[in-house]
Amino acid sequence: MSAAPVPGTLEMAPSGAADRARPVKAGLILFALLAIVAFLGAIAIGPLSIAPGRVLAVIADAVWGEGASLTGAALRERVVVMDVRLPRAMLGALVGAGTAVAGAIMQGVFRNALADPGLVGIAPGAGLAAVAWVVFGGAVAHLLPLGLQGLGLSLAAFAGGLLTTLVIARLATRGGQTSVATLLFAGLALGALASAGTGVMVFIASEQQTREFLFWTMGSLGGATWLKAALAAPFVFALVALSPFLARGLDAMALGEAEAFHVGIDVNRLKRICVVAVAAGVGAAVAAAGVVAFIGLMVPHLARLVIGPGHRALLPAAALLGAAVVLGADILARMIAAPAELPLGVVTALIGAPFFLWLLMGRRAFAG
Amino acid sequence: MLGTCGASASEIRPQDAAAQGAARDARIVSIGGAVTEILFALGVGDKVVAVDQTSQFPAAARALPQVGYARALSPEGVLSAGPSLIIAIEGAGPKSTLDVLKAASVPVVIVPEVHTPEGVVEKIRAIAKAVGEDARGRALADAVRADFAAVEAAVTALPTRPKAVFVLAASGGSATVGGTGTSADAMLRLAGATNAMASVHGYKPAVDEAAMAADPDAVVVMKGSGQELPPETIFALPAFMGTPAARDRRHVAMWGSYLLGFGPRTPQAVLDLARALHPGARLADLPPRAWADGQ
Repeated sequence: MSAAPVPGTLEMAPSGAADRARPVKAGLILFALLAIVAFLGAIAIGPLSIAPGRVLAVIADAVWGEGASLTGAALRERVVVMDVRLPRAMLGALVGAGTAVAGAIMQGVFRNALADPGLVGIAPGAGLAAVAWVVFGGAVAHLLPLGLQGLGLSLAAFAGGLLTTLVIARLATRGGQTSVATLLFAGLALGALASAGTGVMVFIASEQQTREFLFWTMGSLGGATWLKAALAAPFVFALVALSPFLARGLDAMALGEAEAFHVGIDVNRLKRICVVAVAAGVGAAVAAAGVVAFIGLMVPHLARLVIGPGHRALLPAAALLGAAVVLGADILARMIAAPAELPLGVVTALIGAPFFLWLLMGRRAFAG
Repeated sequence: MLGTCGASASEIRPQDAAAQGAARDARIVSIGGAVTEILFALGVGDKVVAVDQTSQFPAAARALPQVGYARALSPEGVLSAGPSLIIAIEGAGPKSTLDVLKAASVPVVIVPEVHTPEGVVEKIRAIAKAVGEDARGRALADAVRADFAAVEAAVTALPTRPKAVFVLAASGGSATVGGTGTSADAMLRLAGATNAMASVHGYKPAVDEAAMAADPDAVVVMKGSGQELPPETIFALPAFMGTPAARDRRHVAMWGSYLLGFGPRTPQAVLDLARALHPGARLADLPPRAWADGQ
């Protein structure tokens, strides 16, 4: 493969020499360690101070203990560790990994460094469905099975995001050909339409409903439960598990669609699989935690800086680093304003936007 | 010391809240401005260990740790205050947080929000019961009910019903007004005015022409928290140009939590608002009340 850098795209083509020069394995190990440290931090640190040893004892007792009924401070610690921090850390890892992998895949499909999962309409579609649920959901909540009634907003957001993306993908496909340019424009148009619908809903909404929706758009792991984490997990796992099979195709795509076709990649099929997998994975993440800004854009870049552009390493690296960054940002979100908490999306944007500027300022050959 | 009882999670019923709250070492997290005011008025302000961001009165409440916005409470944040009792205004949440608090066997008492004098009395009754101060609760409720009755009698006797509009915000040149179903609407009516924007439901941006056509005699705004709308801003809005309110510069600014809180100070707020909306009318003072003093 003679990889002449394509003008107007990030250096994303895997060139063997460059890959060998980069410490790929060391990078992956580093990201895995970061993710583990962030996860441990997320269950050890919180507004209610519990000594790290106590946290482990509480978990051990909850898992292997005799189930003696706890009271007072012991019960409080048990609830905070087992019902607040653990599900929250699990969900944070899932949201971070899913969003970051999706970002890396989208940047590969669109062959553009600025692509992120938002391009295919997930966030606006999910947003419209979420605000519609906030305004009208009360009237239909009783139709849901009892255990899922508290999850109406998440389910609506998931359906809304997925549906919007499928419509966009359908619009961009003609005669079996999926055009990336049409995908982009259809995404833009449908995104605008969904935003207009959101505006109508916000107008109808009461003051409280508007605020509830506003908090949702800023992203938070605040409502994390085991059930939410369990519902999001299959979609994120599917996306991450699928990613090794996409790596070769995305590497070839980096050279150009025609070049990818000539090395035997079914480009249209690849694009469709990517869009659907991303929609499901990010849709689940957005449904569970709202819109967590900048993870899909920032984390793949950060991972690429360390381990290079080859997707075989980049996709798992993005998953690990995404989990680490979201968990780290969530620790800040919980601690800065404790006992209140900042919206997670605000923290990630506060970290992400300056990082992105720094990147733009020529830290790396970069042209969008 | 944090946990106040020896019962396990399953044995805790809401009724037990009263018994727990009565304990000398009760630690209360108060969610809602009116809830906090009532707790302080009942003399248990020293038991309050954390409040939400709408709890701005009395001054002592502002010095307490804040657990944030009532509808987006962090479960661990609330638990980190070490509460033995949580008293929250209706609508506080989210549900996932309330579930966690229940799992930690911290009793949560939800106080209904109704924008009427009887609604305030009901809040006092519910909160007094939750903290085991029924006698003081009855005294407070009687005083507040008497104050409401006195203001209502005075207001009913007023000869005119001026048209007023409550402006919540005025960004980008258009006014967000309080329509029917809002606490602002309830206050305007209690103060012997008619809501000029009663055709709107909830807090909505008003069409300039509709606001003009409503022809308000006065504009009511919130004071404080950096969002005060001065007369210069209000009367420069196209919506109010040429209205009697603009002509007479009738602009009423009151503290948000005082005006819209529907707590024990609301009779005083109704009286203040009525005096501002009926200039020249002679309305008798209410008896001095300890819980209505201060800023």
